[in-house]
Amino acid sequence: MSTPTATIATTRAELLRLRKWPAVWITLGSWLALSLMFGYLFTYLSYASGDNTFASEGATKESLLAEMMPVNVPDVFLQGMPMFGGALMMVLGAIVAGNGYGWGTWKTIFSLGAQRTGAVLGSIAALTCFVVATLAVSLGFDLGLSLLVATTESQDVVLPALGSTLESLGVGFLVLEMWALVGYLLGTVARGPALSVGLGLVWSLVVENLLRGVGQLLDWVDALTMVLPGTAAGSLVGSLVGVQEGGDGTPGVLDTVDGPQAAITVACYIVLAIVVSVVVVRRRDVA
Amino acid sequence: MNTTHSPVVATEALTKTYGDRVAVDRVSMTVQRGEVYGFLGPNGAGKTTTLRMLLGLVRPTAGTASIDVDRVGALIEGPGFHPYLSGRDNLRTMARYRGFPDSEVDRVLERVDLAGRGADKYKGYSLGMKQRLGVGAALMGDPALIVLDEPTNGLDPAGMADMRALVVDLARGGQTVLLSSHLLAEVQEICDRVGVIDHGTLLLESTVAEMRGGSSLHVRATPEPAALTVAMRLAGDDGVRRTHDGLSLDLPADAAPHVTRELVAAGIDVHEITHTERSLEEVFFEMTAGAATLPEKEPLS
Repeated sequence: MSTPTATIATTRAELLRLRKWPAVWITLGSWLALSLMFGYLFTYLSYASGDNTFASEGATKESLLAEMMPVNVPDVFLQGMPMFGGALMMVLGAIVAGNGYGWGTWKTIFSLGAQRTGAVLGSIAALTCFVVATLAVSLGFDLGLSLLVATTESQDVVLPALGSTLESLGVGFLVLEMWALVGYLLGTVARGPALSVGLGLVWSLVVENLLRGVGQLLDWVDALTMVLPGTAAGSLVGSLVGVQEGGDGTPGVLDTVDGPQAAITVACYIVLAIVVSVVVVRRRDVA
Repeated sequence: MNTTHSPVVATEALTKTYGDRVAVDRVSMTVQRGEVYGFLGPNGAGKTTTLRMLLGLVRPTAGTASIDVDRVGALIEGPGFHPYLSGRDNLRTMARYRGFPDSEVDRVLERVDLAGRGADKYKGYSLGMKQRLGVGAALMGDPALIVLDEPTNGLDPAGMADMRALVVDLARGGQTVLLSSHLLAEVQEICDRVGVIDHGTLLLESTVAEMRGGSSLHVRATPEPAALTVAMRLAGDDGVRRTHDGLSLDLPADAAPHVTRELVAAGIDVHEITHTERSLEEVFFEMTAGAATLPEKEPLS
């Protein structure tokens, strides 16, 4: 079987098993729940009660309402992606690759003669399909919530511009795809989900933040943080949605590097994760 | 079984080392087209590592392994499937990886007697059902070579009998079967040839009959010197050995009446004459010199 044929065959097989895997739907559900809570629910409660909560510190009622309107969906949709969305996608990538070693399914697949390069590329393609589906569902979900708020509050419905929506989708895809593939690489290298999920979450949620803090004291650490995946993803989103003065904005959204540089760094991580995953799987002994 | 002398599997000085430990040491084996080849060895002898190298799961440290067919089915060291999928969906997934149509799934589910349980989740299967599903995955696409590593593990006696019948049936259909097993009675019953591996080294490769050696007659008669003279006349000087309680003659079972008549005619009292044949198990334990750590033999139905 040629590599393209094997890739298509594996994509079909992986899509079948991913769509029947409860863990996948739990991941998507978790992301939608986070979008609901941090994108709309807390903001709406703050708006409705007139109080300033942690989600709306210093914001007026008018600005809170404006934030929830359909025209702002492209920004709200992106805000949680660098940190929370990315972390969830990394967990998904890690379990997609890693569980196959624990359950012995990769062994079964390869012992039946599946081509390794095609198997990895197909598996990544199926994961990418899920990332795209997550973006589409998430955008629709946010749009639905914003329309609900606008209707409830008797506001004029102004839909977001197609250009800004597509731009958000593109940036969201780069960010989620990067984290999903980093997770896939970790799951592949660790041959299991537990270690890769643990290491990945500690890195994305803790270590990078600590390094950025240390970077304010040490120049070489500061230079290093410029090329870290979290910095790149946060800066890419930050270049589109903007960063609140004083650093009290959405966690993970940064302005450390400019948008084009961040996009290039994220793209490099995507390519690197694919190449290293293929090389590792091609060369390794599968027990 | 229809065997032809064209190797389907051939390894040449196949070697695998892990650090200082030699798991497989210069193994050269051949499996002929259409035969059932039994690959025997104690636990840890190197059977599974050899099969893994053969299937490309593990890279050899040295040597070569080649398979001369397009399509191979294999079950290596237990089945590995997605626990959250049904048996049928697991096979559908495996069929897709290999580009087979879904119709293959129902055929093999029927073949391994899981058609009625195909909709059940894999995680709810018994060990034997999981094993059968693994064999089912190996049978998809009618492979010319089927490699089965301990396929009867976890099966009950009836399941083991079914598996034996399946292997024989596959061989009758012209498929080549490479079977690794620690169930020696099973191998003796269904295999054409065997290879014995111990401590990573292939000790022997021969037909089952050659390995077991010829049959013999055990004679207890008095007086023994006179009986020895008659026995040597019948079986030849090299065909008679003294045992602790009589004589062993290298003669087939159907020579027993003639031997009895000759002994009686010579005025010798015949107390006992029995036909003996070494089992594969006896030969195997002799070859592996007690190093074998085979699990307790499982009952056969």
